[in-house]
Amino acid sequence: MSEKILELQSITKYFPGIKALDGINLNIKEGEVHALIGENGAGKSTLVKILTGVYTPTSGKIIYNGEELSFKNAIEAQETGITAIHQEASMFPELSVVENIYMGHHLKKNGSLDWKGMRARTRELLHKMEIDLHPDTPVKNLGVAQRHMVEIAKALSIDAKVVIMDEPTSALTLREVEELYKIVRQLKKENKAIIFISHKFEEIQEICDYFTVLRDGKYIGEGVVADTSIDQIVNMMVGRSLDQMFPKAVVNIGETVLEVNGLSKAGSFKDISFQLKRGEILGFFGLVGAGRSEVMRAVFGIDKFDGGSIFLNGIPVDIANPKTAMQKGVAFVPEDRQSQGVILEQSLTRNITLPIIDKISRFGKVSSKVERETTAKFGRMMEIKAAGWHVNAETLSGGNQQKVVLAKWLATEPEILILDEPTKGIDVGTKAAVHEFISEMASKGLAVIMVSSELPEILGMSDRVIVMHEGKKTREFTRAEANSDVIIKAATGHNEETKG
Amino acid sequence: MNSIKELLKKREITLILLVIILTAAVNMRAPGFVAGENISRIINDTSILIMVAIGQFFVILTGGIDLSVGSIIAFSGMSASMINQYNPSMPVIYVLLIGTVVGLLLGSINGLLVAFGKVPPIIATLGTMSIYRGFTFVLSKGQWVTAHEMTESYMNLPKGNFLGMSNLIWSALLISALMIYFSRYTRSGREIYAIGGNKTAARFVGVSEKKVNMIIFSISGALCGIAGVMWTSRYAAAVNETATGFELMTVAACVLGGVNIAGGAGAIPGVIVGALFLGIINNALPVVNFSPFYQMLIQGVIVLSAMFINTMMDKRKEKQLLNRRSL
Repeated sequence: MSEKILELQSITKYFPGIKALDGINLNIKEGEVHALIGENGAGKSTLVKILTGVYTPTSGKIIYNGEELSFKNAIEAQETGITAIHQEASMFPELSVVENIYMGHHLKKNGSLDWKGMRARTRELLHKMEIDLHPDTPVKNLGVAQRHMVEIAKALSIDAKVVIMDEPTSALTLREVEELYKIVRQLKKENKAIIFISHKFEEIQEICDYFTVLRDGKYIGEGVVADTSIDQIVNMMVGRSLDQMFPKAVVNIGETVLEVNGLSKAGSFKDISFQLKRGEILGFFGLVGAGRSEVMRAVFGIDKFDGGSIFLNGIPVDIANPKTAMQKGVAFVPEDRQSQGVILEQSLTRNITLPIIDKISRFGKVSSKVERETTAKFGRMMEIKAAGWHVNAETLSGGNQQKVVLAKWLATEPEILILDEPTKGIDVGTKAAVHEFISEMASKGLAVIMVSSELPEILGMSDRVIVMHEGKKTREFTRAEANSDVIIKAATGHNEETKG
Repeated sequence: MNSIKELLKKREITLILLVIILTAAVNMRAPGFVAGENISRIINDTSILIMVAIGQFFVILTGGIDLSVGSIIAFSGMSASMINQYNPSMPVIYVLLIGTVVGLLLGSINGLLVAFGKVPPIIATLGTMSIYRGFTFVLSKGQWVTAHEMTESYMNLPKGNFLGMSNLIWSALLISALMIYFSRYTRSGREIYAIGGNKTAARFVGVSEKKVNMIIFSISGALCGIAGVMWTSRYAAAVNETATGFELMTVAACVLGGVNIAGGAGAIPGVIVGALFLGIINNALPVVNFSPFYQMLIQGVIVLSAMFINTMMDKRKEKQLLNRRSL
């Protein structure tokens, strides 16, 4: 076994002005689960897009089965036998499982579509994968895990030799993850090569044989998973000590500013209680779907909740909508800045002053002078790199857009700052800057809630950590008590321990 | 580094240049086209389009569309004319006011349907387009109000003459100025842009989508109300078919003026130039002996060309952005 099936030789990819990949080497063998490890922005997604023919590399070679390849488009890559299963499954929800599996490569018989054949083949595939699914079920009726299985079945239906899985477990429950592992092992037995993208170490240790680490678009190293410690991998991945990444300042923690008591919302979260103190950074950890963002949305008045109460500075409050929340000194920086935070086609000034437009208006007219001054003040505070405050937000890099969102919320001069995944999808450098900023804000007396799915970030930044699992608070840790072991256990629903 | 801003400005300037070239070309074939009287007639003709297109602009800015503008014009024009017919002693300014309020009410019904009924704008206004037109027939019992049933002062309302310009042109100017101010410097104006640019982000900062929908449809309705009074008095007739198909002209003016049909981007000056462009085309065709049969055809070609140019400019902009993001 273990024939080399796919080899990348010093792949480099330039985008205008950016070197996204710089001399990447990758060796993939048949029957191997190969972990591709790197932080957000390390270049994993770009590499996947090159492997699947979405991008063409600027230079370097792709050697597949001993032949040099260059794909012109995604379909060519698929026909060669390389296929990717995406993070957010790209499916047609209204169509059935069979139709989804054969979309783009329908079987034909006598010139017309051979549904009978496709259905039979699908049943066979699902049976082999030991999935109990009817081929005619519409995909919209399936859960996330089942959709994943259908995607995998699709890969198998075109007889893929190399299957790329891009963070396949990020939206799965523990039981579903086990099922996925089973299928991965099955694929391995069939001598398929699997590229497994992940930054969860437990997962890598559990399922992967070999790993390659990328950082800032560069190849850092590779090795056998069994012979390497997590610390070694982290070092390769981050390339700097954790202290530098997480400049947590020592802060005097003040009195309680926010108290949430028994907050519940049917179908989202249940009986959530916590306190937040001045100067404190409170980390909220959990797997995707644990209900953390939903709690924050309720606290900020975006969504209604069914039960429980919220106190600000000891006074019970009724936060009916975001406007009230803002007036009461709460700010909320949402997770997806492009879709929830920034208005791309408008100037930085307009973006930053939008929440405080009331404050900077006199007799209904927005004061241009105050507007400019406010923007400049908070823009500089956040060190936004832009050609000017009048340029549209779309001209900025992702990291700078994130800073615009932060500046916008700082302009409301909040007492409580809720950050949902503050560093998701931004490069390592900006990440450190955002962390430093959060730390600085806390030391100035701001109370910060930081929802994050990145364990190092939670461990590095939080004074206290609250862990949620399936809508419930499972544990609460002080900074001293917190470590990756206990947090992961709490987040996956093990040793549930309710705290008062 | 103002290239984006320049680009946006450029499209208005390009359009103005086009308007000038077009006018000059027509004038070569038909001298007298540019004569003061004719030009003022064209601007007069276009003034109503400008007012209504500005209302349409706000709706499109949020990603919606108002198909009922023509019907609101017809109904408010008919109501105003009939009030004038049966109460000839009522001062015209009151009639104008009533017409405006009627338009505002019809517009706010659109707003209610969209904001609280959760009906998509295109469907809501498709429905009210028929309903309001139906109201017009019911109100008039199918009859027209003709010139000899209107008072002299009613028919003189849009004419007048102040500093060489008619009342109609003055009102279009005034409305334009007010609406430019509203869109740029007031909270509601900003909120309309915010909803159009990114609904979720706007909601997160406490912008109420309901309120914005009520505002835009009410503005559009009120402007149609004014337009309805002006229309019937200018043409000295209130017919049931007034302004049929006018909604498409207003959308065309917005598209020509660079308003993003998906919402979030565009400005009133562009819309005004877009409307003027359409007005000139419509007036020039008969002058250069083009059969009026070609009028709709040419208008359609112009709108499609504008759309293509928009797409091309967007692509260019995207490329520039990719280069600049590296900063």
